[in-house]
Amino acid sequence: MEHSPPPFFKRGPAPLVRLVFFASLSVTLLVLDARFRYVDGLRSIVAFVTYPLQRAALAPVELAASVAEYFTSQSALREQNTQLKSRLLAAQYDLQRSESGAADAIRMRRLMSAAETLERRKTPAEIVYASRDPFSQKVFVDKGQTQGVLPGSPVVDDTGVVGQVTRVHPMIAEVTLLTDKDQAIPVQVLRNGLRAVAFGGGTAGTLELRFMAANAEIQNGDRLVTSGIDGVYPAGLAVGTVLKIERDAAQSFARILCEPVAGIARGRHVLLLSPDSNLPPLPTEAGSGNERRDAPRRNRRKD
Amino acid sequence: MVQRILLPARVSTILISFAVALVLELLPWWDLRYVPDFVALVIAFWCIRQPRMVGLGAAWALGLVMDTANGALLGQHALSYSILAFIAITLSRRVLWFGIGQQALHVAALLLLCEAVSLFVRMMAGAAFPGWAVFVGPLLGALLWPVITALLLMPQRRPVDIDETRPL
Repeated sequence: MEHSPPPFFKRGPAPLVRLVFFASLSVTLLVLDARFRYVDGLRSIVAFVTYPLQRAALAPVELAASVAEYFTSQSALREQNTQLKSRLLAAQYDLQRSESGAADAIRMRRLMSAAETLERRKTPAEIVYASRDPFSQKVFVDKGQTQGVLPGSPVVDDTGVVGQVTRVHPMIAEVTLLTDKDQAIPVQVLRNGLRAVAFGGGTAGTLELRFMAANAEIQNGDRLVTSGIDGVYPAGLAVGTVLKIERDAAQSFARILCEPVAGIARGRHVLLLSPDSNLPPLPTEAGSGNERRDAPRRNRRKD
Repeated sequence: MVQRILLPARVSTILISFAVALVLELLPWWDLRYVPDFVALVIAFWCIRQPRMVGLGAAWALGLVMDTANGALLGQHALSYSILAFIAITLSRRVLWFGIGQQALHVAALLLLCEAVSLFVRMMAGAAFPGWAVFVGPLLGALLWPVITALLLMPQRRPVDIDETRPL
């Protein structure tokens, strides 16, 4: 007569078998994510499930902030109020001047029958937490699909460009900072209009202008603004200042390091701009030869 | 060291400890490289203490959550946590014979390996080497081992009984 072992000994498959199973599952996911980006749906589902935990993690910070606010003295508040009023006055003056300038620009563009630049939708957002991934520079903001955030949206703060929305989950969105190694932004030197592309410098927190000729006309302290030719970032937003230029006769390109101007590692409040929607379609990948593999995903947008 | 008999671990304790570890991970830290990986630490703890209750499946699922929450490659933490859980389960009978300091040494090795797997995966995917500072977090995590042990065993400890006639 056959005796099955008592349920006491039943432990399911051996740990090694389980390890092989889960490891191969992970490797499959890794390949699908890194090479083909097929698993963003799964990512969104997991993100939705963990959203309550993320809010819970934010609660002590919010509590500390509200306690600090409660104990702010009245004189400090009054001083801040005066400062804000004077800043508002200055901003209003600038606004009036820029409004007449913008009207002029629209008229000129119509005369030249150039494409009109659209007003972008702005969504204020707050940075919830920074990613713990030491390999990339990313932050998460508290606005997502439900608030109409689109992937590819530029992210700015009160001083300049912060980065770009790369993934959108239901309640939360992932912003890749300008300093990320895989992030690129087309810029222009404010002084002479020289165009370049700034790449992120990784953990160093700097930007690098690549492929600039060794004799390019650029100096330390030059201010860089977005050139707007990629159609993602609006033109004229502050990006950074040139920090250091190394010109080496042995190499044909100069090594130019820049410091981002926006509070990339500091600020909490940012503005998400909607991507410009009246652009011609991007060229297909087949026609663009030897571009970087992950370049299309940065500029891709859902139309 | 006096060995005390512990009450059986409750599922609710395990679930709450994982939730708290995840919340600790998601706090807005200033420099994340020096923050220990609390989730890995708690997985190692339960795999060593309760290998029948927490295993590779739980570790893998938590890894997926960590990948999503950090915008890392999907499967990166899942892989490293599965390997961590496997080694912790294999070592579980051995580690508990040592004192708390030597247990922490074992855990340091586990956490370093976990970080190394993540590093390997990301380097294979084309990321740049982020600097040796990433290995500081696991070492700090191992220093937290006595604290974690004291905290997580607290619900299982019986109140001290003054009754002399009790056998155990």
